Formats: sequence, C-alpha cells, structure tokens
Amino acid sequence: MDAILLILLIVGGATALSWPLGRYLRWAMDPVSLDGPAARFDRLFRAIGGRTTGADQDWKRYCIALLAFNVVMFGVCFAVLALQQWLPLNPDGKEALEGSLIFNTTASFTSNTNLQHYSGEVSLSYCSQLAALMWLQFVSAATGIAALTAMARGLAGRPVLGNFFVDVQRATFLVLLPLAVVLATAMVCGGMPMTLQGAVKATTLEGVEQVIARGPLAAFLAIKQLGTNGGGFFGPNSTHPFENPSFFTNVLSTIAIVLLPMASVWMFGRIVGRMRHATVVFAVMMALLLAKLAGAVAWEQAPTQAFAALPIAQDIGNLEGKELRFGAAAGPLWAVATTCTSNGSVNCMHDSLNPLTGLVPLAGMWLNATFGGVGVGMINMFVYIVLAVFVAGMMVGRTPEYLQRRVEMREVKLAVLAMFAHALFILGGTALFACTPWGTGTLNNVGAHGFSEILYEFSSASANNGSGFEGLGDNTVPWNVATGLVMLLARYIPIVLPLAIAGSLAKRRATASSAGTLAVDTPTFGVMLLATILFLGALTFFPAAALGPIAEHLQFIK
Amino acid sequence: MTTKPVSLFAAELVRPALADAFRKLHPRVLARNPVMAVTAVGALLTTAALFTAGDDLGFVLQLAVWLWFTVLFANFAEAMAEGRGKAQANALRAARAETFARRLRDDGTEQRVAATELKQGDRVAVAAGETIPADGDVIEGIASVDESAVTGESAPVIRESGGDRCAVSGGTRVLSDRIVVRVTAERGQGFLDRMIAMVEGARRQKTPNELALTVLLAALTLIFLLVCVTLRPFGDYAGVQLSTPVLVALFVCLIPTTIGALLSAIGISGIDRLIRRNVMATSGRAVEAAGDVDVLLLDKTGTITLGNRVATRLVPATGVEPERLADAAQLASLADGTPEGRSIVVLAKEQYGLRGRELTAPHATFVPFTAATRMSGVDLADGGGRPRRIRKGTADAIGRFVTEHGGRPDREVLAAAEQVARDGGTPLLVADGGRMLGVIQLKDVVKGGIRQRFAQLRAVGIRTVMITGDNPLTAAAIAAEAGVDAFLAEATPEMKLQRIRDEQAQGRLVAMTGDGTNDAPALAQADVGVAMNTGTQAAREAGNMVDLDSNPTKLLDIVEIGKQLIMTRGALTTFSMANDVAKYFAILPAMFAAIYATAGAPGPLARLDVMGLHSPESAILAAVVFNALIIVALIPLALRGVAYRPASAAVVLRRNLLIYGLGGLVAPFVGIKLLDLLLVALHLV
Repeated sequence: MDAILLILLIVGGATALSWPLGRYLRWAMDPVSLDGPAARFDRLFRAIGGRTTGADQDWKRYCIALLAFNVVMFGVCFAVLALQQWLPLNPDGKEALEGSLIFNTTASFTSNTNLQHYSGEVSLSYCSQLAALMWLQFVSAATGIAALTAMARGLAGRPVLGNFFVDVQRATFLVLLPLAVVLATAMVCGGMPMTLQGAVKATTLEGVEQVIARGPLAAFLAIKQLGTNGGGFFGPNSTHPFENPSFFTNVLSTIAIVLLPMASVWMFGRIVGRMRHATVVFAVMMALLLAKLAGAVAWEQAPTQAFAALPIAQDIGNLEGKELRFGAAAGPLWAVATTCTSNGSVNCMHDSLNPLTGLVPLAGMWLNATFGGVGVGMINMFVYIVLAVFVAGMMVGRTPEYLQRRVEMREVKLAVLAMFAHALFILGGTALFACTPWGTGTLNNVGAHGFSEILYEFSSASANNGSGFEGLGDNTVPWNVATGLVMLLARYIPIVLPLAIAGSLAKRRATASSAGTLAVDTPTFGVMLLATILFLGALTFFPAAALGPIAEHLQFIK
Repeated sequence: MTTKPVSLFAAELVRPALADAFRKLHPRVLARNPVMAVTAVGALLTTAALFTAGDDLGFVLQLAVWLWFTVLFANFAEAMAEGRGKAQANALRAARAETFARRLRDDGTEQRVAATELKQGDRVAVAAGETIPADGDVIEGIASVDESAVTGESAPVIRESGGDRCAVSGGTRVLSDRIVVRVTAERGQGFLDRMIAMVEGARRQKTPNELALTVLLAALTLIFLLVCVTLRPFGDYAGVQLSTPVLVALFVCLIPTTIGALLSAIGISGIDRLIRRNVMATSGRAVEAAGDVDVLLLDKTGTITLGNRVATRLVPATGVEPERLADAAQLASLADGTPEGRSIVVLAKEQYGLRGRELTAPHATFVPFTAATRMSGVDLADGGGRPRRIRKGTADAIGRFVTEHGGRPDREVLAAAEQVARDGGTPLLVADGGRMLGVIQLKDVVKGGIRQRFAQLRAVGIRTVMITGDNPLTAAAIAAEAGVDAFLAEATPEMKLQRIRDEQAQGRLVAMTGDGTNDAPALAQADVGVAMNTGTQAAREAGNMVDLDSNPTKLLDIVEIGKQLIMTRGALTTFSMANDVAKYFAILPAMFAAIYATAGAPGPLARLDVMGLHSPESAILAAVVFNALIIVALIPLALRGVAYRPASAAVVLRRNLLIYGLGGLVAPFVGIKLLDLLLVALHLV
C-alpha cells in the first residue's frame, strides 16, 4: 500500500510537472516569435557564440558541430582529471589518477553516462568534481536536449535543423541551470551539505579518529539527477546519507530523475505540432514504466534468498543492500526510474536485488526509451517509432509514412543500424568478457549472478546509464577501455543516425493524410509501438536474460 | 492472353516449380535474398557437421535435411509465383513467332524483310491475313484487327489512321483491308516483349518498399546472428558446449525466414493478379504506387456512367397529348442510328406502347443530324399530301426551326428544357412544323454499384474526382448521383494535367485512366496512369499500366491489388516476428536444460519449457520443422494476398494485428507441440 502511494506520488508528481515544463522547453529551445525574452536570449547566445552561431545547419553540419563540441569537452575534462594534483581546489590533496581510469571517467561523463569506476570522495579533487565532471553533467545533458530539438525540427519539415551552438547554450542556461538552482536549494533545505571545505576529522566516542568526506553536494546532486547523469559525488551514490539524507530528498531526487525525460516528449510534440501523437508516445512510455515499477516493487517484497529458509519475519521484503531509512519499496522504485531513464544514480545496491527485480533495471537499459535520457530517450523512441510505422504502415496497405513523410530504405537502414549497435555493444561486450579472464577474473560471484554482473556493466555502458550492478572489480584496464569505448560509441551513434533520418525525411515531399493513412495518434498505434518495443527488445535480449537473472531466479524457486 | 482459372497447386504448375526450386540453389540466385542466403549457409554448416556428429548423427542429419527443405521451400514459393507467369509468357511468345514484313521504300515499292530488322520509323504494309510485325501507328487505311493474342478478346477491333484508334501491337493479325503502319518500337522493346518480360519476372526489379523491407529483414538477420554467435561464449561461461547444428537451428528459426522466403513470391503474384485482370503494369513500382493512391481522376463516360446517354422521360407541352409527343419523338428517331436515337425509340415503345414502324421512301425522307443544323428528323408525305416535318434537336435549333415554319417558341417548353439541363440531363426539343411538342430528357445512366465502390474508396481514404466535358450544372447533378467527391466540368486536357499537378503539390498520389493522345501528358504526370488498350500508342507509352480490356472502372481493382500487395508483406512480416517467441521457448530450454543443474534435478532453465516437449532433440527439431512447413502453408496466402476489405487504416491495422500478430504469437506454440508429438510417435527422435 505504501509502495503504491509512493509510486503515485513520484510518477504522478513528475507527470504533472512535466507538462508545464514541456511548454517551457519549447519556449526556451525553439522560440517561435522574433521578439520577447526568448529572442533576446537568442541574440545574446549568438553574440557569445560568435562565428560558430552564424547560419542554421542541416543535419550533417549540426552533427559535425555537436561532435566537435563534445570532442573539445572530452579534451578539457581529460586534461583537468589528468592534472588534478597540480590544480587548485584540492584541500584533501588527491593524487594522480591511472590513465585508463581517466579515459573511462572522461568518456563516461562526456557521454552523459556517469559510469564510475572510482569513488569520488577517495580519488577526485573538488576541482575535478566541479570543473570537469559537473560541467560535463550540464553540457552533456544539454547536448541531448539540443539533439532532440534538432530532430524534432527536421520532423516538423524544416529544411535546416537549427544551430547547435545556440541550442546547447539554450539548454544549458535556460533549462538546466535554473532548474538545478531550484533543486539544489531544495536539497540544501532537506539537509544536504554544500561546502568547499575539506573532509572533517572527528574523534569518535571510542577515541578513534574518523575522516568524514563532504563537499559541494547539493550543486552536484541537482544536475546529476536532472540531466540523467547519475554520477555520484560519493562512491555509494545516493545511498550515502549526505547525498540523499531523507525521505524528502529521496522523493525529490526520484522525481528529478524522470522529470526532464518526460518533458522532452512534450517538447517534441510541441515542435512537430502533434500533441496527440506525443500523448500516445508518452502513454506507451508510461505503460512500460508502470509495468516495470509494479514488477520490481512486487518482486522485491519477497525476502532475499539467503533469508528465505530462515525462521524469521519475512513480511518486510528484501532489505539486503537497502537503506533502512527508505525501506524495501523506495529502492526498487528508484532502480526502475534510474534505468528507464539513462540516469544511473542508485539509492540501493542493485547487486542485492532479488533476481527478477534485477532483471527490471536490465530491461530498462535494453529498451532505453522508457522516457530515457534527457532528449536522447525520445530520440531512441523515434527509432522504435520508425520501425513500428514501417511494419504497421505496410499492414494498412500503403507505403509507410511518418508525420506525412514516406519511410523508405534509407530510414529503415539507419534505424536498424542504431538498433544493431546497441545490441552489439551489450551482447558482444558481454560475450567477450564472459569467456575471458578480463571479465571472469573480476567477478565476486559465480554462476548466473556473475553473468548478470558482466551483462549489467555493458548494458549500463551502452545505454549511457552509468549505474553499476557492483560486485565487480571493474577498475581494471580492460574494463576501463572496453566500457569507455562502448559509452562513446553508444552515445553518438544513436544521436547521429536518427538525426540523419530526420534530415532525410525533412527533404521528402510531404504527403497528404487521409482515412487510409496510418494515424500515429491512436491507441491502436500505441499498442503497435509497444509491441514493437517489447518484441525487438525481448527477441534480442531474451537469451541473455535467461542465462542471467531468470536462471538465477528459477534456481531458487522450488 | 487467356485467363482461364488455374488452381493454385495445379500439377502443370507444381512440377516445373519443383525442378526450379533446386535450380535456384545456385549461389548467385540465392544471394539476391539475404535471409535465404544465410539459411543456406546454415544448412551447409549443419551438413558439414555431419562428419563430426558421432552419436548425434541421426539428429543432425534430420536437422540438415529440414534446413535444406527450408531453403527449397522458399525457392519453390518463388518458382510457383513465376510459373504462373511463365505459362502466360509462353502463350504470348507463340504470337511473336518469326514474321516477315513488307517494308515500304520512299518510292512506295515494297521490300520483304524479317520483322527483326525493322527500325523505328519504318513504314510497313500489312494486308488481310497477315500479322502486324511490330508495334506502330496506322498512318494509312482502316482495318479490322484480331488482337486476341494480346487481349484474349476474340472480337476484332477497328484500327484506323489518325484519331485515337491508330495504335497496333506487334503479333496481332489484320483480318480485313490493308493498312500502312509506321513502326514505333523496335523488336525486343515492343509491347508484347514488355509483357513477356514482365510476366516472366525476368526483368523484375525490387520496388522501393520491397527494398526497404529487405533491408529490415537483413538487419534482423544480423541482430539474430549476433544473438546466436554470442550464445556460444555465454554457454562456455555457464559450462555448456553448444554445438554448431543447434546454434544454426536456433538462428534459422529466429531469422524471418517466413517473410524472407515469400517476399519475392508476394511481389510476383501481385503483378500476376493484375495480369489476371488483363492489366499490364510496366513495372512493379507502379503496382506499389497504386496502393498509395489518394485521388482517382475518373472520366465520366465509360467509368462512372454507361457510355451513352439514354432517353428517360418525355415532357409534353401544355395541350399536347403525351402520346402525340411520343409518336413524334419516335418518328424523328427511327432512322437515327446513334445510341441516343435508339433509346428514344425504345422509350416510346416501352412507356407508350408505340411499336417501331417501318417507314420507307417515298413517304418519308430522313433528315440526318449535321453539325450545322444541330437537329435531325423526318419529312413525311401524308396521304392527304400535307407534309409533316418532324424535328428533334437542341433548344436553339428547334427554336429557329419553329420560327421558320410560322410558329413561336413555346416558353413553357423552353423552361422545361432548362429544368432538364439543371437536373443533369440533356434536353432534346421535338417540333412538328411550327409547333413545339415537348422535351425529351436524355440522361447519363450511372453504372450500377458504382456508388458503393466510391463509398468503399472513401472508407480507405481515397477521393474520386469526375472528369467531364459537360457544363458544371450537368456535371454537378451526375456527381451527386454517382457519389464522387469532386468533379472537373468542361474539362480540357490542360485542365486535367493542371488538376493532377495541384493534387500532387498537396502531397497526394494521383491515378487516372486515359486513351487519347491528348491524355498522354496527364497519363505521364499521374503517379499511376492506366492507358486503355484501345487508345493511341502515345497514351500507352505515357501510362505505366495498360488495361487490355479498356475498362476504366478497373482502376478501382488496380488500387485494391496494390494495397493488398503491401498489406500481405506487412502481415507476413508481423507473423514471422511473432513466431519467434514460441521458438525461443522451444529451443532455449533445450539448449540450456543442463546448466546450473543440481544433482538429480534438471537445471533451472528446463522450466522455461512451457510446452512440455519430449526431449531437447525433439524440441529443436520440432521448431525447425515448423519453421520450414509454415513457409509451404503460407504459399497460398502469399500468392492470393491477404483478405482485403475496404476499411479505414485504423480498422485494418487492428484486424491485421489481431490475426497476424496475435495469431503469429499463438500458432507456433500449438504447431511445435503437435510436431513434437508427431516426431516422437514416428520414433524420429
């Protein structure tokens, strides 16, 4: 019962907030009128950008600008991390980092993944945390919003997709920064530390000296949640009492995880001018989210397997790996929210979830479009939409069309390529590490659970999620290099390919719609889209799921 | 071309198709279809594994055999579809048997040459009993021509120089008279040659939608290849050695073999269905476009209405007995051989009991219709010597006629005539000397059932536009009666072309029919242009389809066939994908039953065997056999197309999702279970 109320509070609250936020996103990202405050900001951004913000770009130039910007950000972040021992804001004297870890961390934060093979409080200076990582948490999220805006413009039939350098500033300064300030303030009120002073040295009652790490947490946390980044200030992420002190901050954090991804859908609908279509897409995502939430929360009410046979009270659910201040329901709820979107922050240990509950976060990352990352979630969904439209369009007896543009070989090719890339990174990576010491040598568990750990790590990297199943000694050169590469490829391929689709659709002659054309704003299409997502996801990942969580689950069911 | 119905699996079609199925194992042929090509590679790998199979020989042998069957069944499906076309091509080829031509030199003398030597622009003379050597236009003379070789219609048709009936096809035979033909298409590119190439599928190129679907299927194949290839290291991790034949079996079951095997058969049979209705498409692309059509431009005459106007009503002037009007109208029309004239005689007979009379000279002098007088009629020398001059014609002409004969135009009659025109009819006034007797109402008769067809088209989102030379008033009345969505009155060829461009500019696909030379630009501009076979060579070249029956109503059938073609592809793709769920549940437990097993109990994944199959071998074999047999089971569906009922896209999608999506999900669970029982009963595993 409490769990249901909690789901209602979080999902309902986020949905309610997403609607006005979607309207605001449209206003900020794609201003319609030529005067007014949005236009004034526009002139400011163009002045800041100088020559780079000159002309509007077609999809190719837009992608080149996006990639170039990200390459520069990668370089800056790499340099800051590599030189942190000589840079200021290092009160605790953090040492140099190992090369492959710097690569992995830079790739991780540039790609909005925030997979962490380090513990922030142990390894990173405040300068690294703020100037490198937090900065990337802003601009990597802004990159996603900008990409979605551009894609929506293409699907609205505009020949040019806008200017990336203007869009990324709009997303950073008009969307993410104000929201982060509001959220950070709320978090400080909720008891979260916000300081640039070093760790506290305290003497306990036993007379032992204890070092208590702290830092500019509220600022870091706000953008970590809002930008579907998920990279924690501390190693234990939002299970740490400073990073998530109370029930209040927990609810607020969970809402912040799904808020912008939800609003992205509305922004998409407003730019393409198809709110009913956006509603259907939103409903499909919501159905998947609710199904996963229900499954995860229900399965987590069962006791952990280690306790199952013990003569103790079993009615409080699986508390292994959970924070007692949140209980057995808030953990799986967060786990679902953080993996449906590409956030990746955690407030419980996913490794300790019951096997089937552990399957739910995996499924979230495999589909990666149940709201998904800010901006990119809707972009991923677009790939599914293209395929659903293609098959459904044929079934109604016409050459398939989407938003009045005919879907032909080029679009299908690009869409399935994006699909294939995601599957390749996850299954290929898992296969490579499951049969070599690179993976098997780092496992802390054997059998199906160990397999899940490897599978989870690659799923998290490829979905740009960043959460970890843990139980894996993942700070090794093979893991750092492999996941670093996967994160980068899995970030930019699924942005560039859909933009290419939008660019090629924009060039097509618009077709008229009639009773004979497939309507993408009906419940029937919603069912078709849902079936497409489930089928493609299930058919691709079912064997892996069977060998991991399902096998583990069935092992213990008598 | 005769279209005698041949049953789907007639022996004369099946036997050559079986042979072709083996012939199509040639790597170059297989490479055209990526899904079946990798299936063949899988079969090859399994066959190779026979040498290292050891104890499993029986099992691997059966797997290999069924995998080869899967490929052969796909080939068979394609061969069946092609075979139906080939039978027709052979009949056409007979008509193209070597002929000689009499080429005319510039000085008018004749030169005997082989038909193959004819060049474009050559003039040839063809006399009665000779075969026309090549496609061309009649430039001299008139002849009756037997075109049954091309159209299957045995009644001869008239071909004459100039006008819209000048085109002749090579291979047809002149029955009477002598004509001179200017060759328009060289040997090998003529109409008959194009037909043969089309029905044989030799030149068949993949259409845009087919290409896109092929890419989708190839990509799905690639994803499943990834799934199956990674299963081996996954198995290694879990401590189970997966053999190549088992992995190949899973792979072939997962990839979309059903739609992959039937894809080209669907395309060929779509064209075949058109040919069966005597429509020749110049490309598969045109058939596909037909399914996308948003607007149909239909000529009124012949498509919406019966060819000719018919007298439907007589409106007598005040004080005139209806019988008197009927009598005069009939007299005026007795010698009128036009269909309209005949219909007046019939109306008088049926409504007023007046039998047609034999009027002979010297009592009667017939006055034929001329463009100058715009009326026709009869002059009667009565017994008393007082001559009667009866005329029927347009209001103007009869008005003048009455005045000349000392009478006055009757305002009431003129008003009645106007009313007739407003109702969509054509008024003919009847006068006897100086007196207007009344009005004959001639009306277009809308074809029976056409209104329902248009309503069906509207349901699937297709608008109909009627094209007519009539004035807007008449056009509006007929449009309302026939139920078209819009009309274009007083249409000229230029207006027609403009209308097509306007519709296309708004993103609509336009289909039209046409026959005259002045239709050619519009036919070329339209996305689907159906030329009538009776039309000019120019029209036939401009359109992308030719209707051999010259029946413009067939455009509606063409649209249905196009829709059905794409629908069949979508339905089978959905079916194919939905099938995979059951196959996973059959094969995965069989593969991994042993992993993580504790002593004495089966492994955890054995519980995924929800169908309760006999053994791992029987489960895998049952899935592979099901996968192969479903191809054969669906060949009739691929050749006939899925059931087409006109409805809106939403309804069609819902229905097809239920039948092919849900059906595809459930059917293999049942099928695999039954096959498993059968395999066990036959002691094959």
